[in-house]
Amino acid sequence: MIKIIMRKMFVVLVVLMAQISISFAQDLLRIDITQGNVDPLPIAINPFQGQDDQPSMIGADIANVVKSDLNRSGLFQSINPAGFIEKDLRVNARPRFGDWRIINTQALVIGKVSNLEDGRISIEFRLWDVVAEQQMMGLQLISTPSNWRWVGHLVADAIYERLTGETGYFDSRIVYVDETGPKNRRVKRLAIMDQDGHNPRLITTGQSLALTPRFSPTAQEITYLSYANRQPRVFLLNIETGQQEIVGDFPGMTFAPRFSPDGQKIIMSLERSGNSNIYTLDLRTRVTRRLTNTLAIDTAPCYAPDGERIVFESDRAGRQQLYVMDADGKNVQRISYGEGRYATPVWSPRGDLIAFTKQIKGRFLIGVMKPDGSGERILTEGYHNEGPAWSPNGRVLTFFREQKGEKAGPGLWTVDVTGYNERPLKTPGFASDPAWSPLIR
Amino acid sequence: MRKLFRSSNIVVALGASILLAACAASGTVSGSYGGSSDESAVKELVRNVGDRVFFSTDSAALSSEARSTIMRQADWLKTNSKSLTIEGHADERGTREYNIALGARRANAVKDYMISLGVDGSRLETVSWGKERPVSLCAEDACWSKNRRSVSVIQ
Repeated sequence: MIKIIMRKMFVVLVVLMAQISISFAQDLLRIDITQGNVDPLPIAINPFQGQDDQPSMIGADIANVVKSDLNRSGLFQSINPAGFIEKDLRVNARPRFGDWRIINTQALVIGKVSNLEDGRISIEFRLWDVVAEQQMMGLQLISTPSNWRWVGHLVADAIYERLTGETGYFDSRIVYVDETGPKNRRVKRLAIMDQDGHNPRLITTGQSLALTPRFSPTAQEITYLSYANRQPRVFLLNIETGQQEIVGDFPGMTFAPRFSPDGQKIIMSLERSGNSNIYTLDLRTRVTRRLTNTLAIDTAPCYAPDGERIVFESDRAGRQQLYVMDADGKNVQRISYGEGRYATPVWSPRGDLIAFTKQIKGRFLIGVMKPDGSGERILTEGYHNEGPAWSPNGRVLTFFREQKGEKAGPGLWTVDVTGYNERPLKTPGFASDPAWSPLIR
Repeated sequence: MRKLFRSSNIVVALGASILLAACAASGTVSGSYGGSSDESAVKELVRNVGDRVFFSTDSAALSSEARSTIMRQADWLKTNSKSLTIEGHADERGTREYNIALGARRANAVKDYMISLGVDGSRLETVSWGKERPVSLCAEDACWSKNRRSVSVIQ
């Protein structure tokens, strides 16, 4: 097992002392992200300057991470620095707003990196509303230099939150299945990376097939399906220590695991005599509880964020459809009634929507509906799209897409919950079964 | 009945040739043909008895061809003391978790029928590989239909 050293780094966030007078203005910049297809906000992100206002490598790197995070969200469009008129920006001086309005900038980010005596770096930045000529935010972070990428994500999160009013998601990770080798002998290993695709690392060896990884609420553990000893069983993997244990060791196969929102239980399918039903296992008491009892396939269970209800798929009515039940298995209600088959439901961390895979006329679609089954919307469709997973703020979905053909393999994609801004998420090789980490703050 | 048997023999021969092709291309097919069984028994099961049956889309129903293959497997088990692992598989046109469950349903359909033919259930195990181990790789039903299968493997 490959060990992963968690980044136990110290970041200090300080609101910058207002050396520049802040007046309380109305009508500051704001992006309404509920609309979908918004015009991206033009934002100028200057390379963060170094000591004595000299250019800084690390400052430029941090600014590039901020730029790439904000651009990928589809809500921002960073302006090409080649067109910048005002050059000698200082973090503690008011910019010449006219110079920025001419190149249609609406938001301006100016930052600085300085070295501290203990080897750490201090990062200061300000966000300006160019039209209102107002400072919107000033922050200082302290970190070790090697954490520049993380610092960039924190800065991007702060800007995103200030301008959208939503929680940022750039400081998060994605676990997925790395796929290598030909289709009939695929090697599948768990891998973990930053949400923007950087720092990918394998976390299982590939000796046995690994599928459907899901994060614990603390993001320290992953539950997944392993074919260790050619027996499909639900496993628990500690990312930091690499330790593993079987949690679904029953007579019969266990699969499709997920954590409960409090992290105390794992919910999964247990198959016996060809029927699959939904069970929970309490990780402390080891008590198992059966929640469904059908002669059908009940699988892909997922809790609502409040832990009160569970969505799952079942073919009890003949074809895969979505059902919601109480956490104790009572009050089962079918919620999908459209044409086709509905599968892999996942409850949004905001609680407002359920994402799913839909199969219809030989196509595989990703869609969302409200927990009562109303308001179905399709976000993407094609030959094969499967397995949506939510960003921690419930604004973006990641899923995998397969192309037709013997040599083809799956890749990861992201799409905004509005259905706009569909983008590939780059991985070193074929990738499937993505799951997004919660925010760790 | 005789006619039925003849047509099922064709299916068996086909199944065997697919298996050989897969082995030639890739050494052993991972997920199948493990264990320490002697080669002649494996050959007998694969070539003469027929080690696999096929299913229609999203179904674990046993066709008459499937039933006659399973009957031969059951008869063969009466001539020896081998135990079988029945591997259930699905094609790639389904979602991952459902296909794992569907593979288990298919493997159990084969197991249940074998037990009904008098085979001791303790000699039969099942495992599902979902859509993870296709043998036919084209993106058409000609291939998908070969992947919707159960394969009986000597333990």
